[in-house]
Amino acid sequence: MHRGGLGLGPGFRRDERKKKGPRVTTNQPIITFENVTKRFGKMVAVDNVSLSIQEGEFFSLLGPSGCGKTTLLRMLAGFETPTEGRILIDGQDISNTPPNKRPVNMVFQSYAVFPHMSVADNVAYGLKVDRVSKAERDKRVEEALDLVQLHGLALRRPDQLSGGQRQRVALARALVKRPRVLLLDEPLSALDAKLRDQMRTELCTLQEKVGITFIMVTHDQDEALALASRCAVMNRGVLQQVAGPSDLYEFPNSRFVADFIGSVNLFEGVLAVDEPSHAVVKSPDLDCDIFLDHGVTGARGGTVWAALRPEKIELHKRPDGAPPPNMGDCPLGQNAVAGVIKHEAYLGGQSVYEVEIKSGRRIKVVRQNLTRWDQEDFKLGEAVWLGWHACSPAVLLS
Amino acid sequence: MTKLRKSAPGPLEYLRRWQMQAWLAAVGVFLYAPLIALMAFSFNDSRRNIVWNGFTLKYYEKALNNDGLIEAFVNSLTIAALCTVLSVALGAMVALVLWRFRFPGKTVLDGALALPIVVPEICMGVAMLVFFAKVMPWPVGLPWPLNLGAITIAHVSFSFPFVAVVVRARMASFNREMEEAARDLGAGEWRTIKDVILPHMAPSLVAGALLAFTLSLDDFVITFFTAGPDTVTFPVKVYSMVRFSVTPEVNAASTILIVLTVILTAVALKLQGDPAGVAGGHGDKP
Repeated sequence: MHRGGLGLGPGFRRDERKKKGPRVTTNQPIITFENVTKRFGKMVAVDNVSLSIQEGEFFSLLGPSGCGKTTLLRMLAGFETPTEGRILIDGQDISNTPPNKRPVNMVFQSYAVFPHMSVADNVAYGLKVDRVSKAERDKRVEEALDLVQLHGLALRRPDQLSGGQRQRVALARALVKRPRVLLLDEPLSALDAKLRDQMRTELCTLQEKVGITFIMVTHDQDEALALASRCAVMNRGVLQQVAGPSDLYEFPNSRFVADFIGSVNLFEGVLAVDEPSHAVVKSPDLDCDIFLDHGVTGARGGTVWAALRPEKIELHKRPDGAPPPNMGDCPLGQNAVAGVIKHEAYLGGQSVYEVEIKSGRRIKVVRQNLTRWDQEDFKLGEAVWLGWHACSPAVLLS
Repeated sequence: MTKLRKSAPGPLEYLRRWQMQAWLAAVGVFLYAPLIALMAFSFNDSRRNIVWNGFTLKYYEKALNNDGLIEAFVNSLTIAALCTVLSVALGAMVALVLWRFRFPGKTVLDGALALPIVVPEICMGVAMLVFFAKVMPWPVGLPWPLNLGAITIAHVSFSFPFVAVVVRARMASFNREMEEAARDLGAGEWRTIKDVILPHMAPSLVAGALLAFTLSLDDFVITFFTAGPDTVTFPVKVYSMVRFSVTPEVNAASTILIVLTVILTAVALKLQGDPAGVAGGHGDKP
């Protein structure tokens, strides 16, 4: 099971929101990393990573810069060799196979379109090297250009193309070789915001159309969540968590993942009660106990962190003497804390508030702007109640 | 209507200030006037070459019939051609090694490479003289063009570092992902060099070749020290002719050489800028 593994009550399910799943499920994974370690001198870039990727997945390697995700991808492409461990493609060890002999192709971050060749020549290059006949080559190049919607630009030179078009050339050039796996290195990072959105959708459709396994490296969590069917989060060379996008967001297995994916309020505390049906975290940061409607396996009395996403906290007015809001579902008590709004950022679709509670801690709250005129207008300095459901906080052991 | 007054030069319009214009004029005069004078007087119908006596082509005829001069001219061109080919090959390889790899002694090699550029020519000349006299004597009396070997080696030794420097500068702008892309698409190491690295390098190879060719063609000092009695090059020959008097014949020969170099440079630049070529020039929009 690749699920985060912590804080899951019986009522929770996996990624049903995500329609996409592996297209073909075979028993043998298409790619396997076996205890792969890569050192550059004393620096450990990738630290004992084991990972399997199934055929048809859109897999994403996610992490901050310098976390080893690119090194992992480059080892798969053959530009680096693992210091320890093996990499298997279709069950075959390719750790020491040169890049030109591997059934994978890559779309580079800079696209690396050959400037001295036309678009068609760029796309045909891989086939030419493979000595594919001229007739077949022409046919496949045309198909590939159609696939990325570049028909009509075949004779252009790369310096006459826009960034987005150059990326399509790079895509076509890799896909025309019909690789087992397509590697994408930060595919959207060089595009402007509008184009990035458009390419995001297109990459998804493209992957569904060609059915090739995609592996993408990105530092942009939005990109990973939007595109990937499964993500691996890395930090300092170590694999932190491998899960589907919603599992990563809702069931992170560590503070790092919780903090890296989206934004989060973390409260350090002690797990005071831990029963199968409920649990309580006492945090000195927070003026109240955190009640949970599910158990946390096995860390009673130990230090834990409660992770609370800003959009899962409700904001209520707190006129003098007003009782805490009723958050319903927990028999032990209400998850509510009093505070004062200290900062507000209006972002159009939503507003982000920072609320200071008695302990001095500021808590981030996101509120959707559901109507044009807000019925309940929250102002700076206003007294509020913060409330959340007992199922909302995730308890993290590390 | 009143005449529009000329506005004062803006802060960055240096070319509209008279000081700058005077400077530019001076540069032009000192740079080109001697050359123009040399060419003009090659048509001068006068033995002494001091006063203009009328137009004539007879000194061209004389120069072209001067067997010694022609021989020296052919020697020079041959040496320059050989030197260019060898320097470009050697320089490009050195540049590739320095660009591509990290190895112990790289900084030493880097410094040693600059040595022939900075060492005074006269020292190089003496060094070559001693080398070919004591260490590796070049046999005398070999048939042409083998008799030019010593000079060619000497020329290559001081011109290939120039090629290496130019090529290396060009490679600094090479995107390593380009190379990886070729490998990724199935090309082996050699194929990658041929298909991706060489095309990127091409403009610098042309520039380097031009440099090597001109350096070799007009080198006097080092050639003077390495040339045997039977191997005379154009600059050495001209020097020996000029020692007695500057005749229009020398002017004529020099003019031919200048025209030749200009044509060669123009051709090289044209090749370099060819949009269908490898230099990455901007092609015509369809």
